[in-house]
Amino acid sequence: MRRKWWVSAVTALILAGCSQVKTAVKPEKDRHTAPDFALKDVAGKTVKLSDFHGKVVLLNFWATWCGPCEIEIPWFIDFQQSFKDRNFVVLGVSLDDDGWTAVKPYIERRKINYPVVVGNDQTELLYGGIDALPTTFVIDRAGRIAAVHQGLISKSEYEHEILDLLDGKNIKVGSVLPSGRPAVLWTGLWAR
Amino acid sequence: MSAKAGATAQIKLTAELRSGYHCNSNTPSDDYLIPLRLTWTAAPLEVAGVDYPKPQMEKYSFSDKPLSVYTGNFDLVTRFKVPASAPAGPAVITAKLRYQACTDRACFPPKTVDLNVPVDIVK
Repeated sequence: MRRKWWVSAVTALILAGCSQVKTAVKPEKDRHTAPDFALKDVAGKTVKLSDFHGKVVLLNFWATWCGPCEIEIPWFIDFQQSFKDRNFVVLGVSLDDDGWTAVKPYIERRKINYPVVVGNDQTELLYGGIDALPTTFVIDRAGRIAAVHQGLISKSEYEHEILDLLDGKNIKVGSVLPSGRPAVLWTGLWAR
Repeated sequence: MSAKAGATAQIKLTAELRSGYHCNSNTPSDDYLIPLRLTWTAAPLEVAGVDYPKPQMEKYSFSDKPLSVYTGNFDLVTRFKVPASAPAGPAVITAKLRYQACTDRACFPPKTVDLNVPVDIVK
């Protein structure tokens, strides 16, 4: 009896922790196709959004002068590293007026491990005008916009949405809970 | 504004930022931040200097350290020399105010506002 209470308490705590993470992922019926674009990367190679069809894409509009964007970039580096083998990619679109003059040293200094392109007015218009940075579109495997975020949100919110789209549900055995605990531990508690 | 040839003159511009917004000061905390800049095309007047207000050091959720910013209302004072040779009569001097504003969670693209100031030069 006592052990059952302990397991229930721990489970409740974990569930309470998970329930605090908001997700803005839209139902599939409400998702619209993300407009395609073709922009150059730092090597001069053309990168199209459609190149990543079949992957979950975190499309991040940012700039080197944007403080909140700077907070997110290490998170995106982590996501790229953690989920790159699961059909996931981060695609950064810089809106710096100075283009690669500003962006190239920045991505080298920050050791950005995902593709970055320099956007233009046309790209912004395709996405309804980017009024503020960061603005991030979470795109599903079918190339549809599943969530949009303007301004800084938490790393765990992004992580939750990415996992939701990768797995079709928020938590899966072998994935990582927002707190950093492996989900397999949680599954183990259920099994007791 | 009235300016006497051979004398000095000054213009005070008052900027107003809505609550919750800030812009970088003229001396931002990091190289990558875009400073507030007021630049004049003042002929026949000569710009003697622009006095920016003392920045505030404010901490925001997106920054580990306080940032050098302006918030609320603040004044930018420009001092001019009016050459003795300046022709008497009406003139228009122009300025560009470049700034980049943020909230605690998002930043807005840098903007440049054009200013036109009529000046009456008297002898």
